[in-house]
Amino acid sequence: MVERHPWLTFLTHAVLLLGVAIVAFPVYVTFVASTHTAEEIVQTPMPLLPGNQFWHNYAAALTGSEHGPGSSAPVGRMMWVSLVSALVISLGKIAISLLSAFAIVYFRFPFRRFFFWAIFVTLMLPVEVRIFPTYKVVSDLHMLNTYAGLTIPLIASATATFLFRQFFMTVPDELVEAARVDGAGPMRFFKDILVPLSATSIAALFVIQFIYGWNQYLWPLLATTDENMYPVVIGIKRMISGGDAAQQWNLVMATAMLAMIPPALVVMLMQKWFVKGLVDTEK
Amino acid sequence: MAAISLRNVVKRYGLGPKANQVIHGVNAEITDGEFVVIVGPSGCGKSTLLRMVAGLEEISGGEISIGGRVVNDIEPSERDIAMVFQNYALYPHMSVFDNMAYGLKIAKVPAEQIKARVDKAAKILELGLLLARKPRELSGGQRQRVAMGRAIVREPRVFLFDEPLSNLDAKLRAATRLEIRKLHAELGVTSLFVTHDQVEAMTLAQRMIVMNAGRMEQFGAPEEVYARPATIFVAGFIGSPPMNLLTGRADGSRFVVGGQSLMLPCAAPRAGELILGVRPEHGGLEATDRPGWTMQVEMIEMLGAERLVHGRIGDAPFTLRIDGTLAPPKAGEQVTLHPAPAHLHWFDRQTQARIE
Repeated sequence: MVERHPWLTFLTHAVLLLGVAIVAFPVYVTFVASTHTAEEIVQTPMPLLPGNQFWHNYAAALTGSEHGPGSSAPVGRMMWVSLVSALVISLGKIAISLLSAFAIVYFRFPFRRFFFWAIFVTLMLPVEVRIFPTYKVVSDLHMLNTYAGLTIPLIASATATFLFRQFFMTVPDELVEAARVDGAGPMRFFKDILVPLSATSIAALFVIQFIYGWNQYLWPLLATTDENMYPVVIGIKRMISGGDAAQQWNLVMATAMLAMIPPALVVMLMQKWFVKGLVDTEK
Repeated sequence: MAAISLRNVVKRYGLGPKANQVIHGVNAEITDGEFVVIVGPSGCGKSTLLRMVAGLEEISGGEISIGGRVVNDIEPSERDIAMVFQNYALYPHMSVFDNMAYGLKIAKVPAEQIKARVDKAAKILELGLLLARKPRELSGGQRQRVAMGRAIVREPRVFLFDEPLSNLDAKLRAATRLEIRKLHAELGVTSLFVTHDQVEAMTLAQRMIVMNAGRMEQFGAPEEVYARPATIFVAGFIGSPPMNLLTGRADGSRFVVGGQSLMLPCAAPRAGELILGVRPEHGGLEATDRPGWTMQVEMIEMLGAERLVHGRIGDAPFTLRIDGTLAPPKAGEQVTLHPAPAHLHWFDRQTQARIE
């Protein structure tokens, strides 16, 4: 349904601009706030044009050189922790899901259906439901304040397993047979044929899971107590102290801007693959 | 190169009394270098049989040996076979070269040798300019050739073809058929070729196996299968239009079909309920006054070089194939047929088998 009418053109643009404004304005305000001094921000009305404190604020946030009432851990370190956790979570999820989907689709073993359903049922359980038992396990294993503790509990993924299972089931049987005739064993088939064919799905999943890992809040809040192991999302929270003390909002906002960059980059750089992975049916 | 022998081969799905048996004891000796076509209607077990030779289906009973070695428990890759699949089963993410080289790479053949063998196969199949392309950039016919190339580079002792031409259009199919024949003449590798298309079977086969419902109905050269079908099924399946089959009662040199008594040019092999088969081209339509079989003409089909005359003898449908240049009879007319004694095929009604 394509209609061409000046009024409709105007209307569609108006709706789109409104949408952009709703989404983008808070981000703009955050950016503006991150370029002023803390005193300037708390004045009314708050300035709506960028100030001249950009380098100062971002440098201060990254290195943690300016001390305020809240935590002043260096954001650079936090970004690193976040990056490592997000990467480990997303790559780990992909690896485990690929392998378990491979096992479920291509191997006949006792209780195959049981295992599939066991995985599938956990789809319905969010992390929050099992967070206390998980905490107990991780703490007993002395994994608090470690990368392992931050990532391993989040790696198992029913969603990704299910996605790969569905994809594998669409791979024609003849391909498996051709590989068998060619002499490829199961792992060879997996490595040479299945994984390359899944490339677009893997890319799409990577984008989703990277953002999922980067945005983790509740679990790192429980699993880390050491400033050195804060991911940036927790870092923002810790920078804001309770009570009436003057907050360094400029640094908080700068940190927020910094925290947004890596997921945005991942989405932008992998956009083509991401879309392809979600819509592609070519085998 | 190798002979293939099938000894009492059985395929069952499931276990115990509920098992569903789809192949009921097939016996065949395929000699070294022979081109054998397995033909039959869909669901007759022809593909299953081929896949059992390939090792993609387990053998439930009997024995298959390739080159004197029983292969029942041997992996497909160890059987020294190469298979061309119906949908070609090319690896979509690999170039044509990699598709053809994959099996050799796994077998750890040195790279120069792989290149030499792929180049040689590419030359035979005229794929030289396509080696860098991906399967999705190829036409159906080219994909088909790549699939054959993948089989050739392995230099196997047996080629297995699972309906490799069914995804091509009619023209390309005819051309590829010829190519496969040339290829076989050149390489001389024992080949098993499955198809449901009787024209493919007749043109390609040195010998053909006709299958029906999991049983081998006949195993012989195309000429023999056509001239002397072993069962009613083969008589009806091979030949287009199929052989006319008249069910009736024979008594000396008379054959009674639905109230009409036909004079036989020679005595029936025995008296009683029999089935008489006559090929459409052997009807013996003649413009003489000699008494013969009366056929009621119902419809004429013009096919170019020839015409098909559909009608009835007694109450049984009967089709004639006549030269397109002859003046055809008209619908509603009666014509007289004088089939030659050599062109009458007799079958037992009970056992469905041919009576000599």
